[in-house]
Amino acid sequence: MKFWPLIKVLPVRTHFRFVRLSRVFASLSVLAIVGSLFLTLYPFKPPCGGLACGIDFQGGTVMEISTSPAPADPAKVHAALSGMNLNETVQTAGGPGLALLRFEAPKGADISATVTQVTNRLKGAFGTVRVVSTDVVGPTVSGELLTSGMLGLGFAILAMLLYIWFRFELQFGLGAVAALFHDVFLTFGLIAIMGRLGKIEFDLKAVAAILTIIGYSMNDTVVVFDRFRENLRKYKRMPLGEVIDMSINEMLTRTIITSMTAVLALVALAFFGGPTLYSLSVIMLFGIAIGTYSSIYIAAPVILLWGVKRGGDDEEAVPLKPATVR
Amino acid sequence: MMNLAPWKVILVVLATVLGLLFTLPNLLPANVRDSLPPFMPKSTLHLGLDLQGGSRLLYSVDTVALRNERLTNMAEDIRTTLHDKQIAFTDLAVSGGEIGLRITDPAQVNDAANALRQTIGAPLAGAGGGRDVTVSTGADQRLRVAFVPSAFDAEASRAVEQNIEVIRRRIDQMGTKEPEINRQGKDRIVIEAAGESDPEKLKNIIGQTAKLTFQMVDENAQPEDIAEGRIPPGDEILPSTDGLAPSYVVRRYAPITGEMLTNAQPGFDQNTGGSVVTFRMNGIGSTRFADITRHNIGKRFAIVLDKKIISAPNISGVIPGGSGQIYGRFTPESANELSVLLRAGALPAPMKVEEQRTVGAELGADAVKAGAVSAIVGLVLTMVFMLLIYGMLFGGISLVALAVNAVMIIGIMSLTQATLTLPGIAGLILTLAVAVDANVLIYERMRDELRAGKSLISSMEAGFSRAWGTIFDANMTHIFSALIMFNLGSGTVKGFAWTLSIGVLTTVFSAVLVTQVLLAWWFRATRPKTLPIA
Repeated sequence: MKFWPLIKVLPVRTHFRFVRLSRVFASLSVLAIVGSLFLTLYPFKPPCGGLACGIDFQGGTVMEISTSPAPADPAKVHAALSGMNLNETVQTAGGPGLALLRFEAPKGADISATVTQVTNRLKGAFGTVRVVSTDVVGPTVSGELLTSGMLGLGFAILAMLLYIWFRFELQFGLGAVAALFHDVFLTFGLIAIMGRLGKIEFDLKAVAAILTIIGYSMNDTVVVFDRFRENLRKYKRMPLGEVIDMSINEMLTRTIITSMTAVLALVALAFFGGPTLYSLSVIMLFGIAIGTYSSIYIAAPVILLWGVKRGGDDEEAVPLKPATVR
Repeated sequence: MMNLAPWKVILVVLATVLGLLFTLPNLLPANVRDSLPPFMPKSTLHLGLDLQGGSRLLYSVDTVALRNERLTNMAEDIRTTLHDKQIAFTDLAVSGGEIGLRITDPAQVNDAANALRQTIGAPLAGAGGGRDVTVSTGADQRLRVAFVPSAFDAEASRAVEQNIEVIRRRIDQMGTKEPEINRQGKDRIVIEAAGESDPEKLKNIIGQTAKLTFQMVDENAQPEDIAEGRIPPGDEILPSTDGLAPSYVVRRYAPITGEMLTNAQPGFDQNTGGSVVTFRMNGIGSTRFADITRHNIGKRFAIVLDKKIISAPNISGVIPGGSGQIYGRFTPESANELSVLLRAGALPAPMKVEEQRTVGAELGADAVKAGAVSAIVGLVLTMVFMLLIYGMLFGGISLVALAVNAVMIIGIMSLTQATLTLPGIAGLILTLAVAVDANVLIYERMRDELRAGKSLISSMEAGFSRAWGTIFDANMTHIFSALIMFNLGSGTVKGFAWTLSIGVLTTVFSAVLVTQVLLAWWFRATRPKTLPIA
């Protein structure tokens, strides 16, 4: 029973000098952000730039069909749909007789009637065709979804800034938001890379995943900040950098344990959750790793950069003080 | 810790029992559920379309088409009014959402405008007076007639309501499983049909405007003129589906319209045995139909549905009773469909599909399986990890808190009938995994306090009181992101946000209160000298 429970084996207090390395990591992070931004935007193709645009934001139709028992021969599908001017792509995946069909209804055509027509033509060509699922998004709706998705991300970041400002101080809020931007940009970079590999599309689910990451990253940052604020009051003479180091080290066990539980759950989702949950869980897995990193290496050092208002020796710190800008 | 307030214990026990009670129906087979005593809750989790299969259709009501239709009718009124006043005009046309015309005699422009102001459009409701259209004069003897924007908005909004009414009537007539019909925003209608994985039938019933008219075929139209694009005034060319001719030239004037029908039923023709739709008309319709048939024996009239000719039968004799049959290339199903549409009436405003999502029942079942497997694996991994880290006692306590949390979430979701989607299951697992964070924060705080030299009991107390602020702040951040996800507009993402928000509330409750009660019991029972985690 010497190694169990593990909590007794883990080092009681670590003394990593996080702040000392913050310059190096901050530079790396800036590089990574620039790279991510580039990958996200280039080649500037509207509406999603460098991301693999899902139909939520781009509009169009995705149909999953089963031609079983006949094999889903892409050439036969193309032949059946020739002359409809759909620019369709056919991808056989997920088993015998299964195919993923993407197309865009010609301008001005009824998008829903086009689906009916396509189904009828395929039935004519293959005999039996089962439509496993259909997603049709018209141009008006896709534009609205994109706008509301982007607004959602913006509002989330703003809400976090205001909350931290209200609960801590403006400098804390800025640090937290810097960490958030870092997480969001790097996540976009991941989606861009995975999109180029054909693994993850940028759609509403991806936005939901990013919003969850924002929540999680903030959660992590708040926990570190909470301890940081407490230590600032306790050790009024200690240099700021040392207080930051101490706070991060004190919370390190907690940070690792909580990240681990989240990672375990998400790995299960990625492996067993099927295609719908795959992108959601992969994005969140990445976000949790990044969020943990940024709480330590982005949020806290930004505070160091700006400095915080600290009470004098004989001045009692007031908890929950509203923001004061220097 | 020593003086555990009784209300805390009561609250924890109550929440656990209620949670179990409302979760229970999900675990019972349907027949057992039905035989439960009446005071027991029976509702199970409400699965989203992605889990049980089904279709979601988002229609937008085409208000531009509605406006043009109203303006076209109004243009006819203008023509009549000016004709009565003997004012000559040219270029009467609807374009750009208004009616334009040019008065030939400059001296009559003001007379014309005043005449139109008094007769065109409808009076506005309310004390202010005025009408729902404006008539303005422009250069070159031109007049413009347009809707007052607020009046048209009100009319469009009414049309959306009426559309929903008509769709309800149609679906009631179908007698199938009841889909949910909801208005969304200003001009959108959402229809969700669970279990309906073939939306084609639904679309046929819902999407058709179903405007029925009887129009005379213009027997005098010369094929040569038509071929050269010279359509006789007052005529239009309509495509035909009767299989005899690709199109017919018919009079625009429609003496008989769908509103004059009082009943329509599918039936069979006695002579040929083919499917037909029999109809019955009201008084006005009957009179007109009798008149028309009397004066046009030997000629044809076209039965037109949504600007497409179903058939163009020959009038062989007077039809006095106001009832008749519509022939066409019907199957029994399509005859039934048309009679449903005719009975329920036409849509006041045309609609078009903006978004369609369909999930087959099989795919839904697969998703439920995938969700369940990943949920179980994820939770077991989390539990094993917590036991490894904190040992049987403290790890075990966090697991009990986790179980209470899970039961409460499922209970609340069953009670409120909130929709559980596949991403919602992901949200649930993530919430539970991150819920142990509250336990970790409390335990770590206790260890810190112990190390700082405090006594065991005050360390435990401080663990709760001082971790509370952190737990609260940290969970608020999740609430914010969930609230924003609500407004993203997609059903599946909403499901995710909803489970996330319920989860945050139950997490704060269970992780703090349940843990506290359990630890207090342990403390009283064993009077420990050291913490097993320090």
